[in-house]
Amino acid sequence: MTRRSTMMSVYGWLLFAPAAIFLIAFTYYPTLATLAKSFYSQGTALRPAEFVGLENFEYMLDDDVFWQVAWNNLIYAIGTIPVSIALAILMALWVNGKLPLKSLARMAYFTPTILPMIAVANIWLFFYTPDIGLIDQISRLFGFPSHNWLGDPSTVLGCIIVITIWKEAGFFMIFYLAALQSVSPELEEAAKLEGASRWYFFRRVLFHILMPTTLFVLINAVINSFKLVDQLFILTKGGPDNASSLLLYYIYEVAFSFLDQAYASTLTVVLLVVLALIAVGQFVFLDKRVHYQ
Amino acid sequence: MIRSGRSKSVFARLEHAAAWLLAILWLSPLIYAFWSAFHPAEYAIRFELFAPLTLENFRIAWDQAPFARYFVNTFMLVTSILVAQFVLCTLAAYAFARFDFYGKSVAFVFVLMQLMIMPEVLIVENYSTMAKLNLVDTITGVGLPYMASAFGIFLLRQTFKTIPKELEDAARVEGCSLIQILLKVYVPLARPTYVAYGLVSVSYHWNNFLWPLVITNSVDTRPLTVGLAIFGAPESGVEWSIITAGTLLAVAPLLVAFLLFQRQFVQSFMHAGIK
Repeated sequence: MTRRSTMMSVYGWLLFAPAAIFLIAFTYYPTLATLAKSFYSQGTALRPAEFVGLENFEYMLDDDVFWQVAWNNLIYAIGTIPVSIALAILMALWVNGKLPLKSLARMAYFTPTILPMIAVANIWLFFYTPDIGLIDQISRLFGFPSHNWLGDPSTVLGCIIVITIWKEAGFFMIFYLAALQSVSPELEEAAKLEGASRWYFFRRVLFHILMPTTLFVLINAVINSFKLVDQLFILTKGGPDNASSLLLYYIYEVAFSFLDQAYASTLTVVLLVVLALIAVGQFVFLDKRVHYQ
Repeated sequence: MIRSGRSKSVFARLEHAAAWLLAILWLSPLIYAFWSAFHPAEYAIRFELFAPLTLENFRIAWDQAPFARYFVNTFMLVTSILVAQFVLCTLAAYAFARFDFYGKSVAFVFVLMQLMIMPEVLIVENYSTMAKLNLVDTITGVGLPYMASAFGIFLLRQTFKTIPKELEDAARVEGCSLIQILLKVYVPLARPTYVAYGLVSVSYHWNNFLWPLVITNSVDTRPLTVGLAIFGAPESGVEWSIITAGTLLAVAPLLVAFLLFQRQFVQSFMHAGIK
């Protein structure tokens, strides 16, 4: 018996080992190395990196650009998450209901998911171009003056948010659709017989049934709001004046344009802490809320 | 009664109109890309029903950037990641589904951590690692961080767990080795999961941009997305219609596959999401 369980242990580890090596090399080791590097100065050919304690973090707290991108990222999250989730629910309800040609509508909603962000950013760039762009052409019909959407610090982040919502909503729709398909139609029939309005039925019944899906989608949406920065490379490069820069984009700039790996590591630590908080929140929240299904 | 029925149908019609308006809005970037790519440049911003059609933009785009090479690179990247993911995740998932090894639950939590700390977040440190391994500007370097995927391990583990243990015992009685059991019992029965995971993985890596941008710097390794970003950058001064033609070239294989196997795609993403 003990021999068998030892064998099980050995086989188990042997099977897991290849994946474990990759995970250690490209996830755990870099996470720890990032943490370590954030306490060291950026080494140069003449001066090797040396331990500086919290100096990088102090520098970060004095860095206006850091606060700007952190603030932008917060607005980006608040701007994208609720709207894309609400749209996803609406889309799923429509596609799951009596909409004519609904498989065509489903395809339309889902298509942005399989297109690369970098490619669609090219197209959206044209939409936003002042004067000749599609948005300006349409708004001119209604007598609005032309506007430099991506060049104006007050509208640029909104433009980025719109693209992200467009890209994400159809993807989230899929999960709601899966959840809705598991709801028995009798439930809605019963509610109808009782004279409940559709809104009432949605608010009091469906919304609760969809709660676990919403949490799952919410976590994905939060992670995405820190991860989806591809469009910035085409549309704005974080400008004008960092008005549209996000944390991950700033990390990229610091590491590969300003070549300051130490400070890039410090900023990455902030990102890792945010993700860790989400993970902890997920555990606490999921335990409390999801089990009543 | 009749009146409430009619107002309901008016409301339903309005709702359907809204749903379709949203659908058209959602497709509009793609529709515009098609319009601009298939018409001469002077029609890129003028919409006339009978504007002449042309394939010239595609020819110019194809000549101006090494798209053929980018296609080969993306294809090699996507397949090598997929093969490695299938092998690594299958083995690990089998271990987590059917073996009671020492430290298993702790190991599993560590695996799941990768769902949060994706390779995108660690570009700075992974770049140094690739530099040390001499893998900067190689397709292997682009693929390595993604090969062990927590998502894949989790998905396959869930599937393997639903396979009756009796099947494994029967195979063992017939003298199958461990690897044979895995290949003859588990893998065939988990086929739908492999299809689903494969589609999700291929679309993810076909579209991935940030890490490939960081780690590649030559035509020989750049995937389509990075090539397209350089080609379409505003400062490159290329005309709209040519950029949209290039964009359509880059998305065509995935888009065509999606349109042909729409149901399979949607169900795969669903399948992958529910587990």
